[in-house]
Amino acid sequence: MRIILFAKRNAKEVLRDPINLFFGLGFPLILLVLLSVINASIPPEAHNTMFSIENLAPGLAMFGTAFMALFAGLLLSKDRTSSFLMRLFASPMTSLDFILGYTLPMLVMALAQAAITLLASCIVGLELTANLLLAIGVTTLTSLLFVGFGLLFGSLLNEKAVSGICGALLTNVAAWLSGVFIPIDLIGGAFKKTAEILPFYHSVQTIRAVLGGNFDEMLPHLIIVLGYTVVIFILAIIVFHHKMSGDNA
Amino acid sequence: MNAITITNLSKKYDGLTAVDNLNLTIGQGELFSLLGVNGAGKTTTIKMLSCLIKPTGGNAVLLGDSVKEHPQAVKGKINISPQETAVAANLSVTENLELIAGIYGQDSKSATKSADEMVSQFGLDRVRKKKAKQLSGGMQRRLSIAMALISNPQILFLDEPTLGLDVLARRELWASIEALKGKVTIILTTHYLEEVEALSDRVGIMANGKLTAVGTVAELTKQTGTSKLEDAFVILSGGTA
Repeated sequence: MRIILFAKRNAKEVLRDPINLFFGLGFPLILLVLLSVINASIPPEAHNTMFSIENLAPGLAMFGTAFMALFAGLLLSKDRTSSFLMRLFASPMTSLDFILGYTLPMLVMALAQAAITLLASCIVGLELTANLLLAIGVTTLTSLLFVGFGLLFGSLLNEKAVSGICGALLTNVAAWLSGVFIPIDLIGGAFKKTAEILPFYHSVQTIRAVLGGNFDEMLPHLIIVLGYTVVIFILAIIVFHHKMSGDNA
Repeated sequence: MNAITITNLSKKYDGLTAVDNLNLTIGQGELFSLLGVNGAGKTTTIKMLSCLIKPTGGNAVLLGDSVKEHPQAVKGKINISPQETAVAANLSVTENLELIAGIYGQDSKSATKSADEMVSQFGLDRVRKKKAKQLSGGMQRRLSIAMALISNPQILFLDEPTLGLDVLARRELWASIEALKGKVTIILTTHYLEEVEALSDRVGIMANGKLTAVGTVAELTKQTGTSKLEDAFVILSGGTA
């Protein structure tokens, strides 16, 4: 009951901000249109499939969910600095109420965003199959990584710092090292190795494999993403719990 | 029965003693003001009593439950209006009130009814559908206190409730707090001494983490040989009158 009440409140706080709506839903669609136009202007003899819709759609689906870190982080940070959390910490709410209350609305938003991005991709050439539904689910699952980042940094930092780290830094790192906008295989070397160590590239590969129905290919990538997600979430829960029961709530 | 019994309550941070062996009892329905200069230990004391931070030593029992042993039970009986207005900015006045009512266990119907009562009691009718962030400072303060009262707490902590308000808004809020006297045990911290004189049954003065004096305004002025609370406060806080 408390989880649902708090989750509803958090969803309203995020969705009633038009800037969030633009970045959450509109920005990936704008990129989809722009990059599809660029792809259409690449001559076939160039054999450049980087921006083909089969590669673009999973990348943009992942990139869109990166904004969940910003939404979760800013919301939590604002709640801390405005003392709204202090009010709630003095109530009978438990750690679980807080963690799930912040996480659930982000997952619903990630689900809606993945559905919009992937269905919009069908308009520009992505094949509409049952795998697309699975890809929406898997994108939602991989978005937990970003929600975890948001909860971790929102527990530690003020709004300005969260905007910088979750907004500018994390979304850029996720985009650059995902293989969506930069040809990782072509660059190779340390750049490729870094991309393969971090989870963002694997998120895209997971979604791409599901869209293509290559489930055997999906699993190793998904395991890496979920491994990172578990570690980030555990850290976020430890830090949040420390704030909740500690001296600097 | 006492609402609050505090025994040797202490809080230390890395060698710094914020609250030092506090002993105090507060009766049910009493409005008790806690005074002190910045850093005297008022907010730390309120945070320990409202289970936001754990005491380093001693204990406090609120209506039969210890803050150390049964914090969840204590949390069900209290509510707090923090120094900052602490409202959900993008939620309307009614939504803020219903959220808190729901968190304290009221079902949807009861929460709506309680929110209507609070809106009426705190003169928030005109702005009930406005988002909290669109309210004036005074209205946000009223909403903050209404949010603290909607759970029908037996003990209410008001941490500088009139900070930053103009004279009219402050007087209106005083009237709202005055109306609660006798029904709810209130612990108030403030820097406005006229507020203390207008509202308090008893006053406690803290300095350097210690409770230096407790009594009515008349008792404190008599104890210090002064005619005004401000002079008594300065002496009991370690200053020079």
